[in-house]
Amino acid sequence: MSWRVTWAIAMRVLSQLRRDPRTIALLLVVPCVLMVILRYAFDGQPETFQRIGPPLLGLLPFITMFLVTSIAMLRERTSGTLERLMSMPVAKLDLLLGYGLAFGAVAVVQTVLLAIVSLGPLELETDRSAVLLVALAVLNALLGMALGLFISAFARSEFQAVQFMPAVVLPQLLLCGLFVARDEMAGWLDAISYALPLTYAYDALSLATSAASLGGDFVLDVLIVALVTVGALGLGALTLRRRTA
Amino acid sequence: MDTAVEVRDLRVLRGGTVVLPGLSLTVPAGKITGLLGPSGSGKSTLMRAIVGVQRVAGGEVTVMGRPAGSADLRRRVGYVTQSPSVYTDLTVRENLRHFARVLAVGQEDVDRAIATVGLGAYADRVVDRVVGRMSGGERNRASLAVALLARPPLLVLDEPTVGLDPVLRRNLWDTFHGLAADGATLLVSSHVMDEAAECDLLLLMRDGRLVAQETPDGLRERTGTDDLGEAFLRLIEREEVTA
Repeated sequence: MSWRVTWAIAMRVLSQLRRDPRTIALLLVVPCVLMVILRYAFDGQPETFQRIGPPLLGLLPFITMFLVTSIAMLRERTSGTLERLMSMPVAKLDLLLGYGLAFGAVAVVQTVLLAIVSLGPLELETDRSAVLLVALAVLNALLGMALGLFISAFARSEFQAVQFMPAVVLPQLLLCGLFVARDEMAGWLDAISYALPLTYAYDALSLATSAASLGGDFVLDVLIVALVTVGALGLGALTLRRRTA
Repeated sequence: MDTAVEVRDLRVLRGGTVVLPGLSLTVPAGKITGLLGPSGSGKSTLMRAIVGVQRVAGGEVTVMGRPAGSADLRRRVGYVTQSPSVYTDLTVRENLRHFARVLAVGQEDVDRAIATVGLGAYADRVVDRVVGRMSGGERNRASLAVALLARPPLLVLDEPTVGLDPVLRRNLWDTFHGLAADGATLLVSSHVMDEAAECDLLLLMRDGRLVAQETPDGLRERTGTDDLGEAFLRLIEREEVTA
């Protein structure tokens, strides 16, 4: 791989985004609006907002990055530009890291903005530093990106790619413990939740934003999320083929 | 005569059907070779195999002395797919700058590629337009410009003139002759027979097989007609009689 090519791809992905101000606006504004809605929907139960707000802050970037990346990569596959890049001196890792760099940068901007709005005017409180919360959110965004890159190989059209969002993301969101504590679920659902990466992402977030001590569990959670991210990138690399049928 | 591409017993299956049953041919260096044949005759598949992006079931493809798809060929083969492979949400210049970075070539190569495909003539206006808002012909030329960036000694162009008006087609063929005069090898596919006269050598394909490998003059002589489209039809008829 080469940093020159990785950088070229990252800059190109960003200039494509720059050409699309509406998408940028949606990426940056929608999470903030959702947080505002959440804050005032729970106007009568501020303690619920304080409980689910911080983890949600860290999970929203996962969802948006999954969606954006899977469609961006699908376009690259269907427009013939992927084939063109694969006929050039481009390593698969260049492509994946280029996308990672570009969308990682977008995720940082997105979460910082969301954190400013949530911890500022919305008065969300976190027991630990906001930097840790933002760092976890960016890690989750990268997880979403890696899964999106991989999943894009299974979509033939943008319609299908969009439908993968509820198929892949919503079950994880429902089972991660945000809505219902996992030990209160049916046993078989609890068992399934152990196999889903978002469970660990949520666990890390809830540990990081509560008064509980950041022990071995937290480290293990973060490690699992990071490993799944790398694993999904590896699987994504397998779906990028120089020679296709 | 130097050989740029040698294909031996190339077998390609796509979705369970045989597209190329065992094709052998050579493409001479420094000339324009026309790859002609009806749609579905396997022209694009052959071109993809030469570029090294087609999964093959058997046979050998040697490009400039190396197996097709070798890493060191990736900057020496320029490939233009049938539908333009450029980012439609970027301008021509942004597209070229991106691929120039990937190929490690400089701004002067970007400017040269733009000039070669005739997109510089409108004094910077076209190149700064988003590709998605350009006409089909302009998109084709943008895609061709990308293939020219690294001055590849071999250009594989899949129907580069399809859908273009006669003036643009004339201009593009002039460009191709210029590139060949500078020493490049061009393999150009087309299903329009009147373009055959532009080529130094013709490869006529049908159903994944090579029907003839002739110069335009040789083909006219062999079939006894000046019309190359008619010549192709006569060849096929003869083949069916002997088959």
